[in-house]
Amino acid sequence: MMEDVTCKLLVIGAGPGGYVAAIRAGQLGLDTVIVEGQYHGGTCLNVGCIPSKAIIHAADEFEKATHFAGESEIGVMASKPEIDFAKTLAWKDGIVKRLTGGVGMLLKKNKVRAISGWATFVDGKTVDVKENGETYRIRAENVVIATGSVPVELPFLKFGDNVISSTEALALSAPPKTLAVVGAGYIGLELGIAFAKLGTKVTVVEAMDKILPLYDKELTRPVEKTLKRLGVEVLLGAKAKGASKKGLDIETAKGEAETVKAEKILVTVGRAPKTEGWGRDKLVLDMAGKFIQIDDQCKTSMSGVYAIGDVTGEPMLAHRAMAQGEMVAEIIAGHNRSWDKRAIPAVCFTDPEIVSVGLSPEEAKAQGEVKVQNFPFSANGRAMSMEAEDGFIRIVARADNNLVLGVQAVGKGVSELSTAFGLAIEMGATLDDIAGTIHAHPTLGEAFQEAALRTLGHALHI
Amino acid sequence: MGEHVIKLPDVGEGVAEAELVEWLADIGANVREDEVIASVMTDKATVEIPSPVEGKIIWRGGEIGEVLAVGSPLVRLEVDGAGNVKPGDAAPAPAKTDPQPAKEEKPKSAKAEPAGKSDKPKTNGAANGAAAPAPVGAPRKEGEKPLASPAVRKRAADAGVDLRRVPGTGPAGRITHEDLDAFFASDGEAAVARGTGYVRNTSVKDIPVIGLRRKIAEKMEAANNRIVPITYVDEVDVTALEDLRAELNKSRKEGRPKLTILPFLMRAMVKAVSEQPHLNAIYDDEADVIHQHGGVHIGIAAQTPNGLMVPVVRHAEARDIWDCAAEMARLSEAAKDGKASRDELSGSTITITSLGAMGGIVTTPVINHPEVAIVGVNKMQILPRWNGTEFMPRKVMNLSSSFDHRVIDGWDAAVFVQRLKSLLETPAMIFIEN
Repeated sequence: MMEDVTCKLLVIGAGPGGYVAAIRAGQLGLDTVIVEGQYHGGTCLNVGCIPSKAIIHAADEFEKATHFAGESEIGVMASKPEIDFAKTLAWKDGIVKRLTGGVGMLLKKNKVRAISGWATFVDGKTVDVKENGETYRIRAENVVIATGSVPVELPFLKFGDNVISSTEALALSAPPKTLAVVGAGYIGLELGIAFAKLGTKVTVVEAMDKILPLYDKELTRPVEKTLKRLGVEVLLGAKAKGASKKGLDIETAKGEAETVKAEKILVTVGRAPKTEGWGRDKLVLDMAGKFIQIDDQCKTSMSGVYAIGDVTGEPMLAHRAMAQGEMVAEIIAGHNRSWDKRAIPAVCFTDPEIVSVGLSPEEAKAQGEVKVQNFPFSANGRAMSMEAEDGFIRIVARADNNLVLGVQAVGKGVSELSTAFGLAIEMGATLDDIAGTIHAHPTLGEAFQEAALRTLGHALHI
Repeated sequence: MGEHVIKLPDVGEGVAEAELVEWLADIGANVREDEVIASVMTDKATVEIPSPVEGKIIWRGGEIGEVLAVGSPLVRLEVDGAGNVKPGDAAPAPAKTDPQPAKEEKPKSAKAEPAGKSDKPKTNGAANGAAAPAPVGAPRKEGEKPLASPAVRKRAADAGVDLRRVPGTGPAGRITHEDLDAFFASDGEAAVARGTGYVRNTSVKDIPVIGLRRKIAEKMEAANNRIVPITYVDEVDVTALEDLRAELNKSRKEGRPKLTILPFLMRAMVKAVSEQPHLNAIYDDEADVIHQHGGVHIGIAAQTPNGLMVPVVRHAEARDIWDCAAEMARLSEAAKDGKASRDELSGSTITITSLGAMGGIVTTPVINHPEVAIVGVNKMQILPRWNGTEFMPRKVMNLSSSFDHRVIDGWDAAVFVQRLKSLLETPAMIFIEN
């Protein structure tokens, strides 16, 4: 049986971009339908941000307890910890369930009609949704494509058996004894470090000559230190060649063939936009490389067809998608909006964490004269009292008027400071604004103020 | 190959017609499905019209500014497959609605405006008070994003204000809420950079438009509303004419006026209109009659302390060059003193306008309604001109002439000006009778 649905706005994909667009559209009184083929919350809530952070937290706690086995510098003594990983997974799944359930509730609360099923375009205004053998035809005045992204598969390391993507890595019944991670980007290192803390022997294989290629050496050095401490072997300049029974075949930087012993091989070489499988061939969309091309209002080359989130380009981050989703809903409701954000924060939940908001020193230098200074946590009282002296906060500012262009930080728990960094840049803060704001003592955040003072030439505590 | 006609869709409740404001695709262009091809404006909003199909534009239903009825054909596309037009169907008639109603509304809104503007000085006063803070920070470079907090950005977007137009007084040129307040209060006039010592002058002096000014205004309005002018400019080499003029002035008899270039032009015009009598005429457009005059009554636009006046040298065809000069001198004196009679200020059949040294290089003279032609004299200059072998210093001058295109064709206008040019360039011709 065929049920026809018509609506003002149809959102395809209920990931962070899609569901936010739908909720905001609902708030604005738009007749909205959202179609999701898998699960509410998309990659982020189900197989990305949230579950990985749960596993990382469990690994951190386990490592902390391990650290206390026998003697510790701070005097805490405990017996050797054990982990019931099945319980860890159940706990993680519980969080995911609560959050995805929450998304469903929020959609309902805002009178968004949620349809589960796989959407395929018929034309720019019409979509067929298949669910349990039934087909709905949905006609919409406006369509938002929010289909997200999927892990990139290497042709010589197809997913299956012991070759896994991040999705499977978050659902392993037990930490593997040995794990080879292909790709030292943030996903690979976040998971690699977590498993290392859970007792897995981890080897990271990276084709480039440094880990976390998107960040500068200064920022990645504390992470390198942790990898060393945890016994994670990092093979730089090495190329993965294929999987065998023993593990991962590689070609080392010297060009020698070797095999990395690995029970599981985690391939984290990036994510690719999901541009296939939903009838893109029925549309006439201009592409920007492998992504759907959008303008500053997330409009595609087709009238009334919008695209948001990972399918539209880098950075593939949930909070970018959410901001786009909110904006698109308002545009469709007739508001005058366009993408005017100054910065999209990026956080790496490695140990220690890395945050980057706004321009890096290199990017900023390309635009004009800049001042760059950092303040190390080794001179911060709170950091010392937390055994978290590794890392620093660094500010990049315009030389002529002290406008803050970028803030980077590496250190324990600095992900939470991204809020302050983002706010400063979005508000157009200058060094004097940050230096003139009282930062609570004793906190890690004081290093932000001190970094500003240092850039101005009068840091107090260094 | 088929043909697909896109009709102007119903663009809003109760909207029967819409004005075409933009074409986004040319004839011959290939458009894709859902590509926007045109924008139309109703009194409510501007609406983009996308193409529902892929195809090549072969016909467009109007030019920008035309008012189209909802349902009338907007575009014809050549498409693969059958299209939506049967082969036998006649080409769609351009079903334009009468543009008159749309035009009639315009004056209304124009008149509403002054009423709204009357409280402007008040708000300006408030703006001055709000615009006190001192400037800080370097000015924004071109193309740089305006610096403002998200709340300020949202407020500006909601008000439809482009923040690039708003001067920021905050650190690093940040636009504050106060800057936005000042911008709104000043009716969107960009505030002048403060701290330079310059102040904004927001005074408005009301000057009633009465008397001669009002008459001039009415006359100009009538000319502009009724006449469809065409202006034609050409350069005249007056070296020979100037030599002759100098010679005549040197040897002139006592009591004769000094000759300017205008008497020569008047005589040249007499000669030219004798060959093109329809240029020396009064067009009564209400009665649909052109009164073609035998007598050449040349109006001479003259600046007086009170404003523009046009005394008339009557029957120039019956005056020699000295007489033309004398009559013109007498009339302009009378006009300047305010002693010119009504008769002396009316009855012209063709007009000359000259600003002498102030004449610029080109003007677009407004025809002295209800005449059909006016000749404008631009300033004379000595300029290098190529004579075929070398550059020579030549005295040259432009004639900028306007004609009522409703009754004078461009060709006739050109012939007339070329005739004047050849007469003035070989001034002896002015004096030779056939």
